[in-house]
Amino acid sequence: MKQRLVVLATAVLTAALSLPVVAAEEVNLYSARKENLIKPMLDRFTAETGITVNLVTGKADALLKRLQIEGRNSPADLFITVDAGRLHRAREAGVMQPVHSEALTAAIPENLRDPEGYWFGLSQRARPVFYARDRVKPEELSTYEALAGPQWKGRICVRSSDNIYNQSLVASMVANIGEQETEQWASGLVANLARPPKGGDRDQLKAAAAGQCDIAIANTYYAGMMVKGKDKAQRAAIAKLAIYWPNQDGRGAHVNVSGIGMTAAARNKDNALKLMEFLVSPDAQKWYAEINHEYPVRPGVEWGEILKSWGEFKADTLNLAKLGELNATAVRLMDRAGWK
Amino acid sequence: MANGVLDIRRRGNLRLPRSFMWDGSVLGIALLMAVPVLVIAAFVFEPVNDNWHHLAENLLADYVSNSLLLMLGVTAGVLSIGVTTAWLTSMCEFPGRRLLTWALLLPLAIPAYIIAYTYTGMLDFEGPVQSALRESTGWGYGDYWFPEVRSLGGAILMLSLVLYPYVYMLARAAFLEQSICVLEVSRTLGNSPTSSFFRVALPLARPAIVTGLSLALMETLADFGTVQYFGVTTFTTGIFRVWFGMGDSASAAQLSGMLLGFVFMLILLERWSRRRARFHHTSNKYSQIHRYQLRGFKKGLAFVASLLPVLFGFLLPALQLLMWTFTTAEETLDAAFFVLAGNSLMLATLTALIAVLLALLLAYGKRLHSTPLVESGVRAASLGYAVPGTVIAVGVLIPFAWLDNSIDAWMRANFGISTGLLLSGTLVALVFAYTVRFLSVSIQSVESGLGKIKPSMDDAGRSLGLSPMGVLRKIHLPLMKGTVMTALLLVFVDVLKELPATLILRPFNFNTLAVRAYEMAADERLADAGAPALMIVLAGILPVIILSRAIGRSRAGGNAP
Repeated sequence: MKQRLVVLATAVLTAALSLPVVAAEEVNLYSARKENLIKPMLDRFTAETGITVNLVTGKADALLKRLQIEGRNSPADLFITVDAGRLHRAREAGVMQPVHSEALTAAIPENLRDPEGYWFGLSQRARPVFYARDRVKPEELSTYEALAGPQWKGRICVRSSDNIYNQSLVASMVANIGEQETEQWASGLVANLARPPKGGDRDQLKAAAAGQCDIAIANTYYAGMMVKGKDKAQRAAIAKLAIYWPNQDGRGAHVNVSGIGMTAAARNKDNALKLMEFLVSPDAQKWYAEINHEYPVRPGVEWGEILKSWGEFKADTLNLAKLGELNATAVRLMDRAGWK
Repeated sequence: MANGVLDIRRRGNLRLPRSFMWDGSVLGIALLMAVPVLVIAAFVFEPVNDNWHHLAENLLADYVSNSLLLMLGVTAGVLSIGVTTAWLTSMCEFPGRRLLTWALLLPLAIPAYIIAYTYTGMLDFEGPVQSALRESTGWGYGDYWFPEVRSLGGAILMLSLVLYPYVYMLARAAFLEQSICVLEVSRTLGNSPTSSFFRVALPLARPAIVTGLSLALMETLADFGTVQYFGVTTFTTGIFRVWFGMGDSASAAQLSGMLLGFVFMLILLERWSRRRARFHHTSNKYSQIHRYQLRGFKKGLAFVASLLPVLFGFLLPALQLLMWTFTTAEETLDAAFFVLAGNSLMLATLTALIAVLLALLLAYGKRLHSTPLVESGVRAASLGYAVPGTVIAVGVLIPFAWLDNSIDAWMRANFGISTGLLLSGTLVALVFAYTVRFLSVSIQSVESGLGKIKPSMDDAGRSLGLSPMGVLRKIHLPLMKGTVMTALLLVFVDVLKELPATLILRPFNFNTLAVRAYEMAADERLADAGAPALMIVLAGILPVIILSRAIGRSRAGGNAP
């Protein structure tokens, strides 16, 4: 009797745990962008349209794997991730579908979206150079390429080559100056590092402020978060640094996006498209970019305060899809160059 | 049967089918639990490709040497801390012993990557300690030497600080379960307390200690968060780089295969250390433990030695988390926060119960009928612990999605109904993944407990008419309550801390404390990660206290700690 009860209980529990939640109007989202960065936007969307947004957040590559394995029955309608390299990976994996929307193509510049509509940029971040005001004069800086020069020996901080932002930066250089030149450059950069790569972008900025190195390569929003953060020590640290926009006489500073695409398995296509279009509307663009100190993709949308203080700059207009295509080349090249 | 008279007829009838049934269910469970690891291992048969050559040329040497050094260092760390403190708290009397007895378990509640964050925050070049040093002396970068936290040595230290409780807990249970008679005999034969420890107590406790050590080492091999944050390249970081970075599952599986090779080495080591020795207690006399009354200098030394691991493994990092929590409290402590805590506790409790139940069945099945097949089945079921959570998660996703998609296709073809994904993306998949990952913890604890019970007990029970299940329930369980509690606690705390499998397998709109802590920490918002991380620690503390008391009480002959 007891055993039967246990069996019954197990069965009921299994059924209860696996019961799909059914709601009338909904859209399902796998997001590599963290919950606190995206939830406020989704709540606004729900308030305006009455469409419920179901959310799973996680690491980009793992979510992509999940999409792949779940296949055509995947419950996800949309996939949000950061870095064009990853968006391209998702396309290559065959889990996305092209979307044709006048609203999207009109709002987003051509180089910030996939040529065939497999993904669209939602916000932009740049990866410039930050230098210690007291030890470096901006005249000493010029291009990413010049960072391999001997005058920077032991003065540069940058994070590991495991990181997709570095992979994409290197991919952009491969696209612009070729693989061989880039490999030589990477070897030179590695020789100039003040310490073996460790920690995240914020750590590189802190190290530069503390004097462990003189310049750091980091994404802009990390600096933004430090300026706006509650941590006094971090605010003091970032105040010691200034931003430098490299390659302004040439192709421009390296930029990347966070972006969105519709999954091949999408069942709530209409709602998914509504959410995509909502996210590039002028109001949403302003909020979406500001919450993480990023640049809107939609031209003409007002920048956040911190971004304005860093000034206008020329951005590399390389189509970001290229970054994905060249990712494997970049990774191997960095390994050969000894970039840990 | 209940009247205790041996019924020869029934016994004769049931013997063969019963042992067959037990073997069958043990193998069935073991196979089910081994599925995710086998799925991953199957990729090994894909041909070696370019990426593999690239790996072998540029990276593999680093992976091997770093992983080996990490394991060696953690072995030294957890053994020295764990065994010393276990002996001191169970066999010696000194001020603060009662408190420290359970406080020594606390570091278990802190995820390794969290302790890594806190120490980096404190001791890094930009941290308060070094900044204060520079301000007071006027030194700059390069003018002085300071140990680098984010290094291989740092990783060894961090992992040792949070993993020694495995050794401590199991060694302590072993010391407490030892009959005091053997120690008394040792003393009457002229051994000093110290040489009694080395010549009697330690050898007797060896299986438990090696079990604790192998758990710590498996966890070390599976660690991703700490080594990645510290920039130490190991097998785990390599697997991630190849699989998710290069999208190459074959090379990643080949790396995982090498990782499993290490685990087999560990298992062999453990087998070898036991060799033919058996560790049953042959005396049933459990008198009160008369602890050595330490005096003067020794008293202080024992206190400090037991306090240091708590201080560095728990108090300091928790204090740092608390300080971070205070700077962000109004933002992070809302109602949603308690939902997270509820989710975490629910999953941890459920998994702990399932894992320990399965472990009892497997370990006892093996004891009943120990054929090579059953043995290797049980070993295979416990491989999951050394495999990084994300890899296990993918190993769970693949068969679940395959099953769901097959059912869906069949239903579409025959009835025109799409059933979609039935189990993938539900808590069933998640709890299954946890169980696969942490079963080893419960199996090893339960096995070490069962190993101490004389087989003659089983014989006596059976001859008095108990079924095999009855022996397990009426004889073994009461005798090894402490070990079962230990197993429950270990799984519970492990699930509470688990991150990678949770991230990839959880359903829509479902989060846990570890997920929240990670989301903050991953954005390098360490201060915001403080509250959820602290909550993981707090949620872990209560069961740690309750169970550590239960373990103390479990000693036959009474004498609670």
